[in-house]
Amino acid sequence: MSAFDSPEQRAASGTGYFASLSRWNIFEILFWLALAGLYFWPHADLVLMSQIFIWGLFAMSLDVLLGYRGIPSLGHAAFFGIGAYVAGYCGKFGWTEPISALVLAMLVAAGVGWLTGKLVQRVAGVALLMVTLGLNLILYDLVHRSTEITGGDDGLQGIVIDPVLGLFRFDIFGRTAFWYALIVTFVLFVATRAIIKSPFGLALTGARENSRRMIMLGAPVEGDVSRAFALAAALAGAAGALLTQTTQFVAPSSLSFQRSADVLVILIIGGAGRLYGGFIGALIFLFLRDWLAAISPVYWYFWIGLLLVLVVSFFRKGILPTIEDFYTRWRGRRGAP
Amino acid sequence: MTAVLTVLFNGIAYGFLLFIMSVGLSVTLGMMNFVNLAQASFSMFGGYVMIMAMQWFGIPFLLTLPLVFIAIGLLSVIMERLVFRHFYNTDDLTQVLLTIGLVFMSIATATYFWGGTYQRIDMPPWLIGQREIFGLTLETYRIFLIAIGLAMALALILGLERTRFGAMVRACVDNRRVAGACGLNTGLIFALTFAVGGGLAGLGGALSANLLGLDPNFPLRYLVYLLIIVSVGGMGTISGTLIAGIALGVADVMGKYYFPQFGGFVIYVLTVLCMLWRPQGLMGRKA
Repeated sequence: MSAFDSPEQRAASGTGYFASLSRWNIFEILFWLALAGLYFWPHADLVLMSQIFIWGLFAMSLDVLLGYRGIPSLGHAAFFGIGAYVAGYCGKFGWTEPISALVLAMLVAAGVGWLTGKLVQRVAGVALLMVTLGLNLILYDLVHRSTEITGGDDGLQGIVIDPVLGLFRFDIFGRTAFWYALIVTFVLFVATRAIIKSPFGLALTGARENSRRMIMLGAPVEGDVSRAFALAAALAGAAGALLTQTTQFVAPSSLSFQRSADVLVILIIGGAGRLYGGFIGALIFLFLRDWLAAISPVYWYFWIGLLLVLVVSFFRKGILPTIEDFYTRWRGRRGAP
Repeated sequence: MTAVLTVLFNGIAYGFLLFIMSVGLSVTLGMMNFVNLAQASFSMFGGYVMIMAMQWFGIPFLLTLPLVFIAIGLLSVIMERLVFRHFYNTDDLTQVLLTIGLVFMSIATATYFWGGTYQRIDMPPWLIGQREIFGLTLETYRIFLIAIGLAMALALILGLERTRFGAMVRACVDNRRVAGACGLNTGLIFALTFAVGGGLAGLGGALSANLLGLDPNFPLRYLVYLLIIVSVGGMGTISGTLIAGIALGVADVMGKYYFPQFGGFVIYVLTVLCMLWRPQGLMGRKA
């Protein structure tokens, strides 16, 4: 692309526009290198790190729905839990190869997500919040009560996971878990990034801004809702499967309402509609939770609540977009392009 | 047959309790479009105010109720002036997150002041035990709850339909901007409605402490129920909230009594079906 292209010309030649949209910038590359570099941090808590990747991936999956399509879901843990239990049953009943089990978990979650999207594509507002919340609670109740099948509160025991690629065994220090979670998260991130920066992603954002106008433009707005749900559910299912495989354990808490609320908090703290917001939020939330739980085991939820209140009061868009705004303004003042 | 009637009676008593706790949320939601999940925390603090008044100052149970109403009404109007009014123009999700943050803070605060355990509540002797009515053996406290709940519902419906203030509130529910243009002081009406709604929530908490138990996790346990009642009943409608509250109370008690293996399942399925069928709620008007 030549330097003379105006934005209009680039928009007119569609491929050029999407190529420029999906170009990686230096901050993104540094971000992923930094995440990988955390491994070499002295006395790094590798288990906590893999938790951060899993929560980040989970928050990114919610971002596809909430940030890019504008659909708030109060029941996102349902998909996480479906992935976690599918991976758990695979490990329990002999399908011990982790990567294929992960893919299976994603497919099952995507199927359920697609159906959910079909179900809710016509409701909005508080009704939508209640339906997603209700579906989450139904699933939790089912899993929690079917003690013979799911082990109830005790969780699913006896999950066996083979070494990744037959080479890397899951060890007690979480080394394999760290790399496995990071690489899976990165691969799925790249895929999601490509989808979001494609015409489909643009159509989602368009429907978020003004769905009536998108219908008039001929975009399949309702169909896109179920496709967005399927994508988000697949990613959430992958996060759930990662949790099962790295810990060799699943409990009903993986699909509790608490988890749905937490992932929402993480995404909002980080900033929705940014792809990276979920990861930033997960870093802040989990480090803070770890630290606060150590210094005040009884009252740490007070500080999480306060953080939430402060974020929605002063950084209404989330932390990452606020920093971005500062950065753009700073560059603007220096007269840079 | 008597067993069925007794269970039905218990469910109705529970339903009135849920109604008192959620009616304030319903009105504020319908009127200002403000999702105040902290309503559940107001209920919890109502319970603690009642217990403190009884244990520390020896105030009799019945007298603590107006005290709770005033104390929590004041608390909620302070919160409204300090925090909530800055969030009237934000989206649902921001309000949900703000108020759930406040719920987390209230839980930790309650743990700090009153400890994490269940509170012991000493009811006056005339509310303990059972009475025979129409050949049914009914718990006195539940009869008392139904009586209070009925009186509340009647007072609220009449107050909203027949008084000048009620007319102002209804005008604000229907269209805030036009009501303001007609010269109504909508800010003051909001604050007053908030105070009444919060006071009622506190009252509901105080009345429920004896039946449901009171500990710092109370708000999280009943939050989902409040949300279900308000959205199923239809936001801003008192009759809808009453119907949904009683239906939920009866369904919950009956479900736990006859189908303990299903637990909350029945309620959640009914809620989802109801919201898909009528997104604006049973009594709600089309948005």
